[in-house]
Amino acid sequence: MTSDRADTLDGAAPVRVRGLVKRYGDRTAVDDIDLDVQRGEVLALLGPNGAGKTTTVEVLEGYRGRDAGEVTVLGHDPAHANGAWRSRIGIVLQSSQDNAELTVEELVRHFAAFYPAPRDPDDVIASVGLEDKRRTRTRQLSGGQRRRLDVALGVVGRPELLFLDEPTTGFDPEARRAFWELIRGLRGDGTTILLTTHYLEEAEQLADRVAVLSGGRIVGLGTPAALGGRADREATVVWEDADGRHEVRTLTPTGLVAELAQRYAGRAEPGEVPGLQVLRPTLEDVYLSLVRGSIDAETVPISSGESPDSIGEAR
Amino acid sequence: MSTATPAPAAGAGARRDPAAPSLTALAVLRTRIELKQFFRERDAVIFIFAFPVIMLAIFGSVFDEDVGGGVSFTQYFVPGIVAAGIMLSSFQSLAIGIAIERDDGTLKRLRGTPMPPAAYFLGKIGMVLVSSVLQTGVLLTAAALVFNIDLPTSPSRWVTFAWVFVLGTSAGTVLGIAFSSVPRSGRSASAVVTPIVIVLQFISGVFFVYDDLPAWMRNIAELFPLKWMAQGMRSVFLPDSYQSIEADGSWQLGLGAVVLGVWLVVGLAACLWTFRWSRRDAG
Ligand SMILES: Nc1ncnc2c1ncn2[C@@H]1O[C@H](COP(=O)(O)OP(=O)(O)OP(=O)(O)O)[C@@H](O)[C@H]1O
Ligand SMILES: [Mg+2]
Repeated sequence: MTSDRADTLDGAAPVRVRGLVKRYGDRTAVDDIDLDVQRGEVLALLGPNGAGKTTTVEVLEGYRGRDAGEVTVLGHDPAHANGAWRSRIGIVLQSSQDNAELTVEELVRHFAAFYPAPRDPDDVIASVGLEDKRRTRTRQLSGGQRRRLDVALGVVGRPELLFLDEPTTGFDPEARRAFWELIRGLRGDGTTILLTTHYLEEAEQLADRVAVLSGGRIVGLGTPAALGGRADREATVVWEDADGRHEVRTLTPTGLVAELAQRYAGRAEPGEVPGLQVLRPTLEDVYLSLVRGSIDAETVPISSGESPDSIGEAR
Repeated sequence: MSTATPAPAAGAGARRDPAAPSLTALAVLRTRIELKQFFRERDAVIFIFAFPVIMLAIFGSVFDEDVGGGVSFTQYFVPGIVAAGIMLSSFQSLAIGIAIERDDGTLKRLRGTPMPPAAYFLGKIGMVLVSSVLQTGVLLTAAALVFNIDLPTSPSRWVTFAWVFVLGTSAGTVLGIAFSSVPRSGRSASAVVTPIVIVLQFISGVFFVYDDLPAWMRNIAELFPLKWMAQGMRSVFLPDSYQSIEADGSWQLGLGAVVLGVWLVVGLAACLWTFRWSRRDAG
């Protein structure tokens, strides 16, 4: 857009991390991770509490130092960031209680003034649904409203690269959906987004790719549909008849269902397989198995199924 | 001040020319937002403005004789309380206030924006200047109207008042910013800062006739700015005959200016080298 952006228009990834290590005392919080976020992409960073998500993101934002590794964000090392670099990124931190005595409108306008090409503060306030609260002091906002203000302050500078650390904590379902729309809109404008979340549905809805962090390491990386080989994993076909419940895992569920349809053709309701379900591992199933370290692609447990022992007849 | 007037629409409207906003404009914006926040903390405002007047009232009633030479105790205490008030609204309020802002994430959020750090410091200085002027104005008005103290009329005394005020406020401000990094948390800040201020006030002769203090105490006080601010203010509000009871037989204005100047430079250097935008344990 402007000349100082030229350094990242050459196709280099806005975020490039190689061998990042961060220790607190003798405890290693981030343990040798590699990660790229491509231009225009939404990348969701998932992982259990204490996995190292905030630590990683805050190293990229320039807040925390690192013990080893190469980090390049918009062409610069965030440890030596300057104002021009900061005007190109937007930050939503994991938690905040600051500026309690100022109103929503005062804060958004004030922060807009720091940036060379800010968004219109009124539009930003509207986009997070705080029009009714423009003159309310931050202290009097509810938890979810406070969080929406954080998002507004993160995007008002028209960032090229946006970091969001658990942005939707405390959002009601409607606000969450509005937030998803906001993120899709930003992505449509070409904003590169790195967000952390504990909501797998959110990752599935928003992310082009998800990275799963556990114990400071990346244990899974891919599109939500393909993470951990999810697309290739066996489906489980479940049905119930006089002999009880049957569960069969198969790579060809359609064939099995056709076969079952044949088998039950002569019964009371012709062609109906009693209690038929075809289950695929959800993103949550894949996530949990990755985090538990059972990264063996063959044995992903199915949340709604029973333990493998109870699987009925094999084909 | 506490109404919700929107800040000037520097960032409003369509996209502006993509040049960085000027430092002067940002310093003005920061000063305005700092003052807004300051005046919305009603309890702190009342404390900062009323405290010096209350102190004057208490000391005026406890000691109701003359110090000598037709100067009442109340009049004798005016300069000390002016100096203590400057220290309250500069050093104490910033050392505690910034420690809290470091804890609650105000500083961290600002650090994540392109706002130049200097704009933040200038905003604090602007805020302290305005609040110190108001506070001293309230005190002197009360002294004149309620306690019937004659304020000086000669311009040269007000010139002295002005430079002692500006130098003392500046030193208190930079030292307050620097000292805010000492408390480990916002919660501990007032427990760490307040006793230091109170001890300094006692040994610097804010609450006593300075020359009645033991010599060793005065020797310690001479190392710190408050004693010199109080002495400079005495030269403004007391008759020249009172010079004779000062330690050195004079107001020592030159030395006072040097000591305050040194503290100003030391404070500035400490700000630049030790200022932290996040808590010590933030990683
Ligand atoms: N400032 C710090 N000092 C010491 N240890 C820290 C610090 N910050 C984080 N840690 C430790 O580093 C590990 C990773 O923390 P981090 O905040 O990055 O996790 P997270 O993935 O963001 O977790 P959550 O989902 O709960 O936000 C944790 O074990 C935490 O205790
Ligand atoms: Mg976190």
